Amino acid sequence: MNALHRCLEFLKKKSVIILTAGFSFMTAFSAMAQTTVSATPAPAPATIPISAGDTAWVLASAALVMLMTPGLAFFYGGMVRRKNVMATIMQSFFLVALISVQWVIWGYSVAFGPGNDYFGGLSWMMLNNIGAVNANAPTIPHYAYMIFQAMFAIITPALITGAFAERVSFKGFVVFSLLWASFVYDPIAHCVWGGGCFKDALDFAGGTVVHMSSGFSALTLALLLGTRKNFKKESMVPHNLTLVLLGASLLWFGWFGFNAGSALQANELACNAFVTTNTAAAVAALVWCLIEFLHHGKATSLGAASGAVAGLVAITPACGYVNITGALWIGALVSVLCYMAIQIKVQMGYDDSLDAFGVHGVGGTWGAIATGIWAMKSINAAGADGWIASGHFTQVLIQIKTAAATAAYSVVMTIILYFIVSKTIGFRVDAKSEELGLDLSQHGEEGYSQNLG
Amino acid sequence: MKRIEAIIRPSALRAVLDGLKAVGYSGVTVSEVQGHGTQKGITESYRGQSVEGLLPKLSMMVVVGDKQVNKVIQIISRTARTGEIGDGKIFVSPVLTAIRIRTGEKGEKAL
Repeated sequence: MNALHRCLEFLKKKSVIILTAGFSFMTAFSAMAQTTVSATPAPAPATIPISAGDTAWVLASAALVMLMTPGLAFFYGGMVRRKNVMATIMQSFFLVALISVQWVIWGYSVAFGPGNDYFGGLSWMMLNNIGAVNANAPTIPHYAYMIFQAMFAIITPALITGAFAERVSFKGFVVFSLLWASFVYDPIAHCVWGGGCFKDALDFAGGTVVHMSSGFSALTLALLLGTRKNFKKESMVPHNLTLVLLGASLLWFGWFGFNAGSALQANELACNAFVTTNTAAAVAALVWCLIEFLHHGKATSLGAASGAVAGLVAITPACGYVNITGALWIGALVSVLCYMAIQIKVQMGYDDSLDAFGVHGVGGTWGAIATGIWAMKSINAAGADGWIASGHFTQVLIQIKTAAATAAYSVVMTIILYFIVSKTIGFRVDAKSEELGLDLSQHGEEGYSQNLG
Repeated sequence: MKRIEAIIRPSALRAVLDGLKAVGYSGVTVSEVQGHGTQKGITESYRGQSVEGLLPKLSMMVVVGDKQVNKVIQIISRTARTGEIGDGKIFVSPVLTAIRIRTGEKGEKAL
């Protein structure tokens, strides 16, 4: 009884603190929102009517992209050992909830608000003052554009979880992801899509914003956190490849929304993106299998899945600027590059457990550069002519510059956030919890119950 | 009494069970196991990295009276044999006693 009483008292005290903090936060929000309303009127090109077809396509695409994160959860979940399967799936699933809330409160404002070249500011907090439409998508309601973008913000931190699989605490992961979304993803999204500093770079659906930022942060974390316990001593092979294939299939499916939806209209460009996306994924899966067949004598399902995902990553920035020839080259070469990168990783001995960098970092960088090679104005008048179409390297250099800046920013910020998290609440689990597995040590449950009774 | 433990190919299970049943031995316990003998395991490959894996096998346990030991060994050997490497092994060891939980019977009567 006494213990219960103490517990209730404690909760009462805490809830007052939480409510007070929450309330002052909200008040601050609305005050800020009110002061900025006259300073930055949202652009409202009222002349273009809202299109029902475009709106339907973008909303459907948003739902497709949402499904990618659970797909990624299975893709990663199958690759870990069985004692960590639930914790790994939970990381991605939890981010759907966490970033959905972050995005509507301040994330969308930081990424797409008027602000300056690097930061969207806080004037669109709580989705206040956003206006009827976003200038990037004048034919759909602003909420359709906002929720479509929310799904991109969700999957990006989820991609990083592949690098620190099987060894971080749940609370460390949650705090890191929230900080990373706010201080790395949102500013980079602003620079590329929010009218910020990288507006000359071509990035149709987020090769730089999504895959390079997460890939380079993943590499940084893999190096800072160190290897898993008994790395290279005990077997760490995927525990369920059927789950990996299910996840890869859901990713492929959802990616049609990610890439073709990024046309933000139901038009020819969306169809081009759809077809180049499918083509690149397919050829990359074939080439990865071929490499494995030549190297080891057997094509593997993990190879087919990895190749497909690498192809999807690489075509992401390019899908709305290149033709089928470009898509075939981009897909074929990404498998060669990613396969090589993973072999080099093994030689170097760091533990990017599920190859978040090997696939997303390397594939994303290749995709960004390849967009500068194969882009053509005949596919997308709003784009530019790349090396093949124009014969000069201007666009390739812009792409490399943007890629390098994104990589550098992601690495530096990830180092800072890593130290903040690990010095305060702790990032990595202790050796005992790691040995026991994250399912039991972090969540007190098992992915596959071993209850014999 | 003897305990006969046979490590066999999963594909041989049906033939071994049918062979034992034909001569009236119905008590058997089977479990999935992994391992390798002199032929070594199988090489697995994950994203280009080779890993030495173990082969899936079944472990079958039968406890019989001393007089039946040779007969059971014969049946298992005959039905589980393909002649290729990896057919498995049979181990025989003594059993102190056996007890049927339901009735409390002891010794060979409990089998």
